[in-house]
Amino acid sequence: MTIAADTPRRKRPFWTIERRDAAAGYAFIAPQLIGIVTFVLFPLGLVFYYSLHEWNVLANTFNYVGAANYQMLLADKALPQVLLSSAVFSAGLVVLNMSLALLLAVLLDQKLKGITLFRTLFFSPVVVSLVAWTIVWSFLLQNNGGINGLLQLIGVEGPNWLRTPTTAMISVIVVQVFKNVGLNMILFLAALQGVPRELYEAARVDGAGRFKQFRRITLPLISPTILLTSIITIVGSLQVFAQIAVLTQGGPGMTTTVLVYYLYQQAFQFHFFGYGSTLSILLFVIVALLTFVQWQMRKRIVFYEN
Amino acid sequence: MKTDLSPRMKVALYGLMCVLLIPFVFPTWWMLTSSVKPISDIFAFPPDLWPRRFDFSTYARVFELQPFARQYWNSAYIAALVTGGTMIISSMAGYAFARIKFPFSNAIFMVVLLGLLIPSEVTIVPLFQMFLKWGMINTHWPLILVPIFGAPSVFATFVMRQFFIALPVELEEAARVDGLGRFKIFWLIALPLAKPALGAVAIFTFLHSWNLYLEPIVFLSSTQMFTLPQALTQFTDAYGGAMWNIQLAAATMTAIPVLLVFIVAQKQFVEGLAHTGLKG
Repeated sequence: MTIAADTPRRKRPFWTIERRDAAAGYAFIAPQLIGIVTFVLFPLGLVFYYSLHEWNVLANTFNYVGAANYQMLLADKALPQVLLSSAVFSAGLVVLNMSLALLLAVLLDQKLKGITLFRTLFFSPVVVSLVAWTIVWSFLLQNNGGINGLLQLIGVEGPNWLRTPTTAMISVIVVQVFKNVGLNMILFLAALQGVPRELYEAARVDGAGRFKQFRRITLPLISPTILLTSIITIVGSLQVFAQIAVLTQGGPGMTTTVLVYYLYQQAFQFHFFGYGSTLSILLFVIVALLTFVQWQMRKRIVFYEN
Repeated sequence: MKTDLSPRMKVALYGLMCVLLIPFVFPTWWMLTSSVKPISDIFAFPPDLWPRRFDFSTYARVFELQPFARQYWNSAYIAALVTGGTMIISSMAGYAFARIKFPFSNAIFMVVLLGLLIPSEVTIVPLFQMFLKWGMINTHWPLILVPIFGAPSVFATFVMRQFFIALPVELEEAARVDGLGRFKIFWLIALPLAKPALGAVAIFTFLHSWNLYLEPIVFLSSTQMFTLPQALTQFTDAYGGAMWNIQLAAATMTAIPVLLVFIVAQKQFVEGLAHTGLKG
């Protein structure tokens, strides 16, 4: 950066290092930036614009209606059930996923022979095609399917899993947890292996038991990972669609109709694009709020070494 | 907590892990075995963990009922393009955000990160309208363009940026003194060092594209154009009932190749994912 200062008398070349760097920088990020503007930010603006219109594709109507779609949102009798389903699904998924991932990571962090084989097997559903995985579970969860068959062998009459409200929701959650828990498990395992061993030895000398060591040393040290994975898991849980479409089609009744599924129905099955856009805005606000709240929590509960 | 465990403890841990493994492994086993059962045995009681009769014709039926080879190709080439495109775009952007000083770089990075908060489910209605206007409905363009440029590639850019920030800068500075341009430094020096991060990006992106379901059913309408996830749900009889054994044969063919690649390369796979900069 000293070239210009060394040659004060000569005419300063136009392409200084700073300018060349700036040009390179913009060239490097241009595809990403143009892409984000075209395929994310512009559509987000459009979705807001659409949400102010009454738009029925079949009837070919597109009229400005102001906040009418938002009033419809508040008056929509189905919406409380949809939000409740989404909340139950997301909460159930996050709690189950995170605790199972942590349990598996702790198990895989033990000194045991053949532990890599277990790691591979626990992780394997992550790489199985999502719809293939969901179809197998759908097959297993049929009234006369494999799970009820196995239950009957030990004399238990299983419910019709996908056609009973509570068990349908549980099924959808559990199928998704087993599919993806391997990802969080690996991230937790990497975090656990990053905890300095000396800390445990010091704690043991001070007479702290296993459980206390876990609570006082392990958990605080891996809390940044817990926070990040929980954000990713929650945002991911709000996007769930294929599992619902394949397993329950939102039923029975509307008990497993989560927000994205409802949005899809309104926009692409009933062709209410205006109201569908309003639901999209609602989804966006929920994702943004949850991310913001969790990011704020980072200051309070996450422990950093430095 | 790696301490030496007592033999009793070891047995208990192995037992616990074996029980926990059942829901992870059994579905794949059940898919494989049920895909070669004749339809009359598919709901047999007691359940057959090993088929009592084999019927391999299910696999041929998959190709008779759907243009399955074509659909397989559709999914494969879309996933390959999306993975390659994302690796190029996100490694370049990630490198620039980590290494190059240019005006407003932080502000622009924040704008790009906004993409993470806007999954394509939020923008699916306007995306549909845009691609309709561009004449791209029932083509594969939406399935290629949206992931390469949308939220998944932002995540990839974030991963690449974290990696390049942690990479020692000395090598690149030596090259700069020798007069190498930015692009050459990136291509010849930084990128070859970034293989672990690129690997993680490739895995995430491939799986994302391979699993897409909402986008295909919104954008595609003819069976020739379908991708695998969409095709898998189409194996129904005249009454809309699932033809389970044929559907499971198609599911097996969809799942097994990726599973095999994973088993062969699982070490790189798992370690790549662990190095995504998500450790905090």
